[in-house]
Amino acid sequence: MTFPLLLVLAAGLFSTGLYGALSQQSIVMIMMGIELMIGGVVVAAACFWRFLAPAAGAGQVVIVTAVVAMAVEMALGFAVTTALFRARRVDTTDDAGELRG
Amino acid sequence: MTEVLLAVSGVAALTGGVLVFTLDSMARVTFALLGSLVCVGGVVALLGLPYLGVVIVLMMVMEMLIMAVFMVAYMMNPAGLMPMSMLHNKRGAAAVSGGVFLALVAGIALAPWPDRAGAPPRDSTVQVGAELMRGQMLTMVTLGFVLLATMVSATVLATRRGRYDRFGDDLDRPAHDPVSGGVGR
Repeated sequence: MTFPLLLVLAAGLFSTGLYGALSQQSIVMIMMGIELMIGGVVVAAACFWRFLAPAAGAGQVVIVTAVVAMAVEMALGFAVTTALFRARRVDTTDDAGELRG
Repeated sequence: MTEVLLAVSGVAALTGGVLVFTLDSMARVTFALLGSLVCVGGVVALLGLPYLGVVIVLMMVMEMLIMAVFMVAYMMNPAGLMPMSMLHNKRGAAAVSGGVFLALVAGIALAPWPDRAGAPPRDSTVQVGAELMRGQMLTMVTLGFVLLATMVSATVLATRRGRYDRFGDDLDRPAHDPVSGGVGR
């Protein structure tokens, strides 16, 4: 019974983060949404390792990769925010529309 | 016991996640996210991966403290003293994320999950270490290069004026610095 409930927790974290990433205007808040989504991925990966294939170490490597993705997203997100803010004094996505197709 | 702890930290993680997008004050938002991700680390540790759980907790504490500094620097409304909406396309976002959640839950309920294959290792930390240094070595090397590229590009992006700005594309122009000073100038 624990297995599906934990997967629902992962889905809930992922969807909450998705809502934030889609609806927030501030770039920093969007990054928070993406962090939550990757948090959901981490929970799901740990759950699959524990309940489906505990003998496979590659399942743990998925978590390591997701954590690295979190760090990379954070570092580059702040770098882009800094560059954008310095160039245009902009901190919201609505004002940063130069690349709009 | 483990199950009670799992339930508590799972509910706390989800609550923190929802609070991130409902609270007004940016400091509170950051710490709600910190709480949520620390609970994610707790869930991972409770599932038999104590090493990765502790790594996640330590990393998230540092990340969120840095995030709090950036929040105060860049946010429109850092203290939450003026209630204001910072949302766009609220209904569309709610529809998309609700749809994704329902689809995921349907998948969880309907998928024919296989039985557990193999027994858990005696020490999961040894397992991840051996895996990273044997079968998944290529993954480890790739992650290392990704992190190196991240460090370089984040520094380049965040630098105000690099040497190519000062000395020209071929580095042969005298620098015209707005403020002189510093080493060797």
